[in-house]
Order: sequence, then C-alpha cells, then structure tokens
Amino acid sequence: MNDTVQTTAVRPTLEVRHLIKHFAVRQDVFASLLREPLKVHAVDDVSFTVGREETFGLVGESGSGKSTIGKLIARLIEPTGGTMLLDGEDWLALRGAALRRARRNVQMIFQNPYASLDPRWTVESIVAEPLSTHKVVPRGDVHGRVAELLRAVGLEPSHAQRFPHQFSGGQRQRIGLARALALNPRLLIADEPVSALDVSVQAQILNLIQDIQERYHLSLLFISHDLSVVKYVCDRVAVMYLGRVVEVAGTRALFRRPLHPYTQALLAAIPEPTTKRRRIFAAIEGEIPSPIHPPSGCRFHPRCARARALCALETPEFRELAPGHWAACHYAEA
Amino acid sequence: MSDALLDVRDLVTRFRTKRGTLVAVDGVSFNIGRGETLGLVGESGCGKSATGQSIMRLIEPPGEIAGGSMVFEGEDLRAKSREEMRQVRGARIAMIFQDPTTTLNPVFPVGGQIAELFRYHTSAGPKEAKARVIDMLAEVGIPRPHERYDAYPHEFSGGMQQRVIIACALVLRPALVIADEPTTALDVTVQAQILALLQRLQRSETNTAVILISHDLGVVAQMCERVCVMYAGNIVEVATTADILDAPKHPYTVGLMQSIPRLDLDEDAAVRPIPGVVADPIRPPSGCKFHPRCAHAFARCYSERPTLKATGNGHMAACHLYDQT
Repeated sequence: MNDTVQTTAVRPTLEVRHLIKHFAVRQDVFASLLREPLKVHAVDDVSFTVGREETFGLVGESGSGKSTIGKLIARLIEPTGGTMLLDGEDWLALRGAALRRARRNVQMIFQNPYASLDPRWTVESIVAEPLSTHKVVPRGDVHGRVAELLRAVGLEPSHAQRFPHQFSGGQRQRIGLARALALNPRLLIADEPVSALDVSVQAQILNLIQDIQERYHLSLLFISHDLSVVKYVCDRVAVMYLGRVVEVAGTRALFRRPLHPYTQALLAAIPEPTTKRRRIFAAIEGEIPSPIHPPSGCRFHPRCARARALCALETPEFRELAPGHWAACHYAEA
Repeated sequence: MSDALLDVRDLVTRFRTKRGTLVAVDGVSFNIGRGETLGLVGESGCGKSATGQSIMRLIEPPGEIAGGSMVFEGEDLRAKSREEMRQVRGARIAMIFQDPTTTLNPVFPVGGQIAELFRYHTSAGPKEAKARVIDMLAEVGIPRPHERYDAYPHEFSGGMQQRVIIACALVLRPALVIADEPTTALDVTVQAQILALLQRLQRSETNTAVILISHDLGVVAQMCERVCVMYAGNIVEVATTADILDAPKHPYTVGLMQSIPRLDLDEDAAVRPIPGVVADPIRPPSGCKFHPRCAHAFARCYSERPTLKATGNGHMAACHLYDQT
C-alpha cells in the first residue's frame, strides 16, 4: 500500500503505516509442538492517515479488525509490526513515563457507556480523574473545569454529584465524551459510540460529536459497522474486510461510486427505510471467513462475484483509481 | 375483522418491580391476516417484544397478562390452559428470537432437536421425522443437510444457526411466525441473506403470516406490508409501510424518520434528534406519553391519553392533532 495516501501541506494528525496485529491462539501443548502456532490475523498491513480536524471513518463487519486498530492507536495493545506517527512524531517509540504523558493526546470513547464508566464513582470524579492524573489544571480549578466540560456535552453542572446508573445510555455517552475531552486531545477515537443507543437518541450523540469536534478542533477516528452513520459523520472513509483496508475515499465518492466489490455488496445489503428502493436482497454468498486461516490472495475472493483465478493467487495492490479514491482490487476500475 | 388470523384487543401486560408496576404493554390492539407480514417497530422498552411474548403466553411471574384478548383462529389464547398452549406453540404459532442460543440446546445435535419438536406435534415416526427435518434444513439453505443433521449448535456460524432456528420455526408449517429481532445479531451481509430467505420461504410456504418485531425501520420497510409503531407500551400509529414511510402522522413516527441517518439521502441531509429520553415505563408521563418530547403538544396532550383513530385510507394514529371530535 502506498504510504502517502493523502498529501497535504499540513502534517496529518495521524499516519498509520503497514500496521500489523496478530493474536496468538491458545492451543494445547502437543498441538503447539507439532505445528506452527496458530494466530489470528486481526490487522494485516493497514495504512491510512487522519488529517487535521478531519473525521476519518473505519467501517467493516465483525472481525474486520476495525476495533483492534482503535486499540492499537490508543496504545491499549501493542502492534506486531508497522509504524504510527502522531503529529509527525513516532508514537510507537514512546514508552514508560513519556508514553503516560503523551496519552493525553489520544483519547477514546467506547460503544458501551454502561461498561466504560465505574459505577462507584460520581460523574465529577470520572471527569476529573484525567485532569488530576495529568495535572493539567491546578487543583482549585478542577471543579470549575468539570462544570465547563459537562456543559460542553449538554449536561448540567448539577449532574456532577450523581452516579452513572442515574443516567440514560445517551447521557452516559455524554459523560464518557466529557472525560475524553478533559485533556484537550488531538485525536479522539470513537469506537461504535452510538451502536448501543436507541435510534431517537443516536442522533443527539452524533450531532454532539460533530459539534464538539468543530469547537475543540479535534481529529476524529470514527469506528462503526453502520454505514449510514459513517456517511452522516465522516469526511473520508476506509472500508475494512478481514484485517485489511479494501477501499479508501472521500465520503461522497465512496457512497456514490463504490469501486471495490465488497463495498458494493455491503451497500447493497443494507435495508433502507424507503419504499422507493424496495427489493429482494441481492445477498452475497457465504459468511466472513476465519481470521485464523484467511483466504489467500484477495481475502474477499471466495465471496466475490467478479473473482477470477488471479484473485486467489495474488494480494491486490492498493491503487488510486480516481483522485483520492483508492481500492485494493485487481479488476476495479474508476 | 372476522377474517383476521389473529386479533389482539386491549392487551395489557405488566411486571411487578421493586420500583412499582411496569406496564410493558398498555392496551394494545391490532390484527394480522393470513399470509400477511406485519411490522412491530419501536425503541427498547416500547413493549414490542412483550407483545410478542404475550401472544405466545411466555410471560412468567413477576409478569402477567392483566387484560385484553388474543383471538387466534377463532380461539382466545388468553383463555387457554398451559397444556392447550403447548399444542399451539411451535405447531400453530412459532417464534424466532434474536439470539439463536436461547432456542437451541447446546448439548444436543440440531437435527434431533427439530425432529423431537416435529414428533411431539405429529404422529410421525423417527424416520419420517428425520426425512422432514432434512428437507427443512435444505430449504433454509444449510449445505449438506444429511451431514449437518448430527452437528451441534456451536458447529454452525451465527448466520447458519439462525437458518436452523428458522427451519425449527417452520417445520410444522405454522399459520403465524413471530420473529423478534431475527437479524439484529448478524452482520449486514448475513442479515441480507436471512431476510432474503424469510421472503422466499414466506412466498413458498402455505400462507404463513409473520409478525416482525424490529427496532430497524430499514428492515421493516423492506419486509412488511403494514407497520405498527409502538411507543412506551402503546401503538401510536398503524398504516401500510408506504404510508408510514412517506406520510407518517404521529409526531413520534415523524421524529423517528427524521432522526435516522439514511443512505438514500444526501451527505448533507440533516439528522434531527427527538429531544429528551424515552418515557419511564413505571412512572410514565400523564396524558399522551410522548408529550414531553413532542413539539406539537397542547393542553389536552397533558391530561388525556389519545386513542387510535382512523385518519383515512386505513391509516390510524393515536394523537390529538388528528382527533376532530
């Protein structure tokens, strides 16, 4: 894959190059002596950039590796290979105290706002914790800063003394967002931030995230399985399949003219709330193969209607088929 | 509605909780005809699943069906004994759940489980039952059904498990299938396969009616002829799918349509959230339960609960805006 997917005068906030993450599969002793250790190819040679104040979407089905990438960038787990530059600096080279200090630059919000907040802590202590850990505001100012953050995410400062269970799912996601914003991060990673929420509440949080991004000049990595949400929020999108990026494009181009057969199939599979395009589903065959033994060549080839002999043999190169529109398919054409 | 397959009237289902009585289904009425696909759509806690479970008489204490009737093929399901309900469940009304693991026993091969169900309700012998089950597994798209007959549930992928569940639901050719979020746990490409399968089976089967319970307006739009929209235990709107999508009447339905990001609209099309949160089912708002979130609420909405009223062309809405009396 090309290293400079996006060339801008300003240095991008995040550059991910040839990122690889394999997980070992636990086996019994005899099996591990007899054959090569099994591994899950969760992320296999992934490169992309997130520009300054850009919202970059990572979309894919389960097992695509999108959440693993989020955790790798947040340095919650360590990669098997590859490099990452954060504001041009080697993000993976940081260790120990230097890493702890730098963590404030990359913050994350998660899918399940019920599991990601400690139920025994008040909202004030949840939001204040990063402030005191990183000593970014004098102790006397913490209270005021928490109130300011709560207001920024649409909560009342009077909510500060309550506990997470006293809030609805949408409000809990607001608390998570206030905590993530506390340190003025450069990059915010949102991993399925609205998937656990009811549809009428989803929109509140989506609009809030967009609003916060503009006000705080954040670069945003938005991870989701939901293409309609991604279309609404993101400037550019990478489509992932089984550990690899298969297509990257501006949102408009990707949804108007998807070039990779997988992206096309994914878009055709989504039931839409309209009577204008009512149809019998043009379902693609089969299910997502195991990431332990991914298919050879193009990983999508066993399910691809357009696959030919070459697709099983050679991994397709990432090619720029139209300006800024990349796809990893031997036969895709703009 | 004499020709209705199932006619639900004023159904009330409630649960006792520490905080008080939770009225999950609060006077719900609807009907479904033979071979029809009816959508029950709403957000979590709206009572759509409790409605499905009430029809199947699966409500256990501290829950109870506290009122109303459910007349299925001329018989009130509410009046039936436990034993009589066992004859109905699986044979005449079947249910498909979101999570296949709740239906399949993990320690028995799948084929035997379906065959047992088949034999319980018919006079078929073991060989005949096995043959029928293998036919059914083939019909739902399980490859090599002869071999897979003896496979255990965990040996199937999520999509294949859901196919087994569908085979299980249809093996006795029930008149009604209640499908509660049947594809919610699946990836979109697999969801599309299962929806296509359901469409195909329903067309080929002998007039099976389907109640499709879903939070996903897209799924409902593609699958259903008519839709009931539920909010806080009430049906707030009933209409053909086209009318619900193109000319929604109830402010909640209108809000729901505007609050979902859609692929068929422009990137710049705004998404407008419904303000506030879903009504507390234990201490619901007075009058119309939607009034605290409704931009059109007026005095009457605070005090009087609206009932479903016809607004023309078979379209019904429970909203004072459309009540001329």
